[in-house]
Amino acid sequence: MECNVTSESGFDLIKLSGEVDLQFSPQLREKILGCLKAGHPLLIDLAKVSYIDSSGIASLVEGFQTAKTSKLQYGLLNISSTAMQVLTLTRLDKIFDLYSSTDQFKQKLQ
Amino acid sequence: MSGNTTTDKAITIRNLVVDYGPRRILNGINLEIPNGQIMVIMGQSGAGKSTLLRCILGLKKPTSGSIHMLGTDIATASRTDIYKARKQIGVAFQGGALFSSMTVAENIQLALHEHTNLDEKTIQIMTRIKLDMVNMLEAENLMPSELSGGMAKRAALARAIIMDPKLLFFDEPSSGLDPSTAAELDQLILTLKKGMGMTIVVVTHELDSIFKIADHIAVMKDGNLIETGTPQQIIASTNPEIQGMLNRKPRETIVDTDAHLRRLTGGF
Ligand SMILES: Nc1ncnc2c1ncn2[C@@H]1O[C@H](COP(=O)(O)OP(=O)(O)O)[C@@H](O)[C@H]1O
Ligand SMILES: [Mg+2]
Repeated sequence: MECNVTSESGFDLIKLSGEVDLQFSPQLREKILGCLKAGHPLLIDLAKVSYIDSSGIASLVEGFQTAKTSKLQYGLLNISSTAMQVLTLTRLDKIFDLYSSTDQFKQKLQ
Repeated sequence: MSGNTTTDKAITIRNLVVDYGPRRILNGINLEIPNGQIMVIMGQSGAGKSTLLRCILGLKKPTSGSIHMLGTDIATASRTDIYKARKQIGVAFQGGALFSSMTVAENIQLALHEHTNLDEKTIQIMTRIKLDMVNMLEAENLMPSELSGGMAKRAALARAIIMDPKLLFFDEPSSGLDPSTAAELDQLILTLKKGMGMTIVVVTHELDSIFKIADHIAVMKDGNLIETGTPQQIIASTNPEIQGMLNRKPRETIVDTDAHLRRLTGGF
């Protein structure tokens, strides 16, 4: 897994790639919670994720709850069909805010 | 035949022999289990189904033969390699009871506490995701003694899939369940295949369940594999042993055509 955090105008962007599994999801969790703790809205780009297991999903879920509690926007971008399948199976597809472009998320911030 | 045998087969078993003392229990089993599909192993009690599963899981060293699974020959692998492969495997066994002194959630989390360094919060959410999948979210804090038979099976299933295994094994999953609970479990097994791409091996002799879930069926008798095929192929089998298991009498050859005509028409 690779996990790059960049700070955009008005929000943080996490770009994930590769396999998000038991070994790497603690790192993802730390990055997500770090951005939110700093008070930044967060967009997570999943386009290049080839596999995400339930520990990765759990990290995304915990981030979403944390964002809600802190009243920060939190979105998932370009979710791949494999990741979507897992979300659907766990009925999380209806819970997350899903975006297909960065601009779409920016509009939500205003 | 496909030349691509290493990637499209989750498990390849060759000439597997198991002896218990002087008794031959498995008599040279050859079986390939395709990736991402459901293989049902059926056969009468004592046929050797559980022994075959125990060999695949590395719990029983075979007398001879090989079992290739997830890049390892389980039949000859070291304990460490078997242990590594086992982490990618989920098991829900016959009488594989939950620990009675732990809550449902604690039972399900056990492997995560043992094998990972995940944060407690992550473990809690993962547990609830799996409980939700088996429709047991409200039972998180119950003790196993407070569960019905169907709930205990579903909890065992949640425990089996907590590590997102590539391979899932069931020994007699629906034995002792009422028909509607058994049907629910079948549905769940199908969902895991479709949604998570798991390869699933089910030992059962519940015919309803077999024909609902199986992509492939392997039929065992007295330590031998007597037939393998799709459900359609198994139904069409002319082997009297298999027809017997399917509770259908082999069709008699009609010798007296007049008598048969009278049977059909009532002989007016
Ligand atoms: N540990 C053992 N020692 C001796 N014989 C065994 C042992 N386990 C199983 N068997 C024998 O092996 C045969 C196959 O058993 P098993 O694999 O449990 O069959 P199945 O699961 O198809 O009912 C049976 O005759 C059984 O008595
Ligand atoms: Mg058995």
